[in-house]
Amino acid sequence: MSQRSAVDLSGLPTFGHGPRSPTWWGTLGFMALEGTGFALAAGAYLYLATLWPNWRLSAPAPNHWPGTIVTLLLVVSLVPNHMLNRYAKQCAMGPVRIGMVVMSLLGIAPLIVRWFEFPALNIYWDTNAYGSMVWVLLGLHTTHLITDVGDTIVLTVLMFTHHGYSGRRYGDVGDNVFYWDFVVLTWIPIYLLIYWLPRLG
Amino acid sequence: MSSADLTSERDLPREREATPRGDIAPERDGPRDTGMDDASLRRWLARTWRTPPGIIGALSSVDHKVIARRYLITAFLFLCLGGLNAVAMRIQLSGPQRGLIGPDLYNQLFTMHGVTMMFLFAVPIVQATGIYLVPLMVGTRNIAFPRLNAFSYWIYVSGGLFAWISFALSMAPDVGWFAYVPLSGPEFGPGKRADVWAQMITYTEVSSLAVAVATIVTVFKQRSPGMSLDKIPLYVWALLVTSFVVVFAMPAVMVTSTFLILDRLVGTHIFNPAEGGDALLFQHLFWFFGHPEVYIIFLPATGMVSAIIPAFARRPMFGHLGLVLSLIAVGFLSFGLWVHHMFATGLPKLGASFFTASSMMIAIPNGVQIFCWLATLWDGRPVIRTPLLFVFGFFFIFVIGGLTGVMLASVPLDLQVHDTYFVVAHFHYVLIGGSVFPLLGAAYFWFPKITGRMMSERLGRWHFWLAMIGFNAAFFPMHIVGLWGMPRRVYTYPAELGWGNINLFITGGAVLFFLSFVLFAFNLVHGALKGAPAGDNPWDAGTLEWATSSPPQSYNFARIPVVTNVEPLWAERAALPVATGLRVDVRELLVSTVAEAHPDIREKSATPSIWPLLAAIAVGGTFLYSIFTPWAIVWGAAPIAITLIGWFWPKGDPEDEE
Repeated sequence: MSQRSAVDLSGLPTFGHGPRSPTWWGTLGFMALEGTGFALAAGAYLYLATLWPNWRLSAPAPNHWPGTIVTLLLVVSLVPNHMLNRYAKQCAMGPVRIGMVVMSLLGIAPLIVRWFEFPALNIYWDTNAYGSMVWVLLGLHTTHLITDVGDTIVLTVLMFTHHGYSGRRYGDVGDNVFYWDFVVLTWIPIYLLIYWLPRLG
Repeated sequence: MSSADLTSERDLPREREATPRGDIAPERDGPRDTGMDDASLRRWLARTWRTPPGIIGALSSVDHKVIARRYLITAFLFLCLGGLNAVAMRIQLSGPQRGLIGPDLYNQLFTMHGVTMMFLFAVPIVQATGIYLVPLMVGTRNIAFPRLNAFSYWIYVSGGLFAWISFALSMAPDVGWFAYVPLSGPEFGPGKRADVWAQMITYTEVSSLAVAVATIVTVFKQRSPGMSLDKIPLYVWALLVTSFVVVFAMPAVMVTSTFLILDRLVGTHIFNPAEGGDALLFQHLFWFFGHPEVYIIFLPATGMVSAIIPAFARRPMFGHLGLVLSLIAVGFLSFGLWVHHMFATGLPKLGASFFTASSMMIAIPNGVQIFCWLATLWDGRPVIRTPLLFVFGFFFIFVIGGLTGVMLASVPLDLQVHDTYFVVAHFHYVLIGGSVFPLLGAAYFWFPKITGRMMSERLGRWHFWLAMIGFNAAFFPMHIVGLWGMPRRVYTYPAELGWGNINLFITGGAVLFFLSFVLFAFNLVHGALKGAPAGDNPWDAGTLEWATSSPPQSYNFARIPVVTNVEPLWAERAALPVATGLRVDVRELLVSTVAEAHPDIREKSATPSIWPLLAAIAVGGTFLYSIFTPWAIVWGAAPIAITLIGWFWPKGDPEDEE
């Protein structure tokens, strides 16, 4: 059919940060579905905890210290994470490179402590359903931690190459910041469920 | 711009360098479509957006139409396989104590029938229709995250092959499509059959989740200028709501299948009541997905009906806003119904009453939709063609299915007919009536767009009546035999019960229904090869997919359309307003704002890549290996990481760099 020109797009920019970019919405979509997974796993844990009057099923209480250290590390990491976001918006290469290295290290540090969290649960996954659920919750979060740290490291390397000098890459850094917030925020309820809920009972 | 410029396509003089802000390499500008003559424009776009030739090129394709065609054909093949399962079961049941199929094979047959129809046919085919149509209907050049979309197809195919190769090896799941524990648990489900169920779920759900995210972002961010929320076509709304339901429902079944495989493989006790777990937890988690699943299949079908009716009633849809709100309401309410699948498990009475009420409540927005459709037809001048016939079939069958649904929502009746053929009849009326009939109508409606040729109208009418008679003959008597007490999932029954004649009748109906699909397949092939040329808009419909050629070019639209009305082609009959100013030497498309669809960014869309296929092989191999050992996750991590890095690492195309 015949056409008439009505709108001129030639002056539009070629990238945008945050909710302007489709990738941000894609990241949000994945957070929504993964968050649903977290919520359902937590719901399953609470379902079983309320079903059995003697929850923890005679298992010893977990040692919360490794988990508490991980929590502190994750919460502290939010500060440089958001500074990095600001530099990414300014497209400032130097500070972004430093920020990415810092965030890679701040991703690896809780992973190392996480290694000590599993034995600190003081129960195995195949001892009883309580053991199964705390291992599942911790494992689920650890999977997210590992994948995001891997992603951060690859992006850090990328920012040290000539590919880094593009609006799209700075947008990727912004989305990486966004996803790390998600990894930190999902940990808080899981931390409370694993280490503090069993102490109530 | 002359065609000679095509030779220098990626190295044009930097006459319009954008001013760099921050540490950014300056944008290397290229030729724009502004003022370009039509022939040069099409040559540029065809070159930029084509799928590369050769086998590697085909496997690297990221064109949403190519991926969708593959999805549609694959899902149709799975429909045929699932249909053959059903025919085999019906022949076995056609008389009392027939010895054609033993109990073990029969268990695998009904499980594979359910699993195939739900996970390998119904969900993929409605999503595939969306993959094809949504980008065209919102007026963009490709789906958002095209490589993720390609990845989703490969994962889906590997999940389907995994299930069907297992069936060929007699290790198909035999625990029903919802695989309840303890039957599917480590104690009562020896061998690998239940693991095959669990992991095939994981494959197909990863695939649908990926498509759902891509669909949501396409609808939110890639709409044509002017397509504000109130001008989004109803079909696109339906797919948007469905995608949200997928995002919040599918994780539940992945959690369920993962818990199941952990119990079976590494000895967790999540579903084991002897060690503090609970078997009912499985049902809660499964149906938290399983009920929305019904609407994942049904909502896109209502979108198809809402696209077909205005085209043939020759007027815009009556109650557009009411229909949109109904879709959203159904999406929300679909999450509040799951317990009505568990009325026979001895739940507290208050809980059962709540879910009875919510099950009846969802009939309200569905009723609103039906009345809006009827009002549109009432006020229009309906042209009765095959797509509309299937819509009429949908009304008839779906309303019966809806009525038995309201009956089943009441606990006493549900307890009486639980696990009988009454339930089998009910959900086939809902699923086939609510989804397959609209889908068949949609096939006749959009086939000309996809192939450029018309299907035969005469064969279409034969097909409709054969399907209508065959379906009702097969499934209506199941209500009766169910009320007589015939349980589902039995491989035979004794002659003294007197169910022989009615079952023979049902089998006759099933064969007719099967033949209707043979006729349909013939009509598809015949239409594709010898059908009359369709032209751009054979039905004179009003939405944007009809504004481009049939089949559409790789770039969908030579210029991005500008939308002024909910039926843009009817509102702008003289000349379609379009946007100009996009680059033609790279895959540039328009990103717009979420609510108003104001033009915002000239975004680059991903180029073809083989890495999504390689990533799917790595992920699929890991899933397959994981039914044998949990270490598969550790060993599989390395190839998955490598393929994902290969996927995302920039290769130097302008699409990657800017």
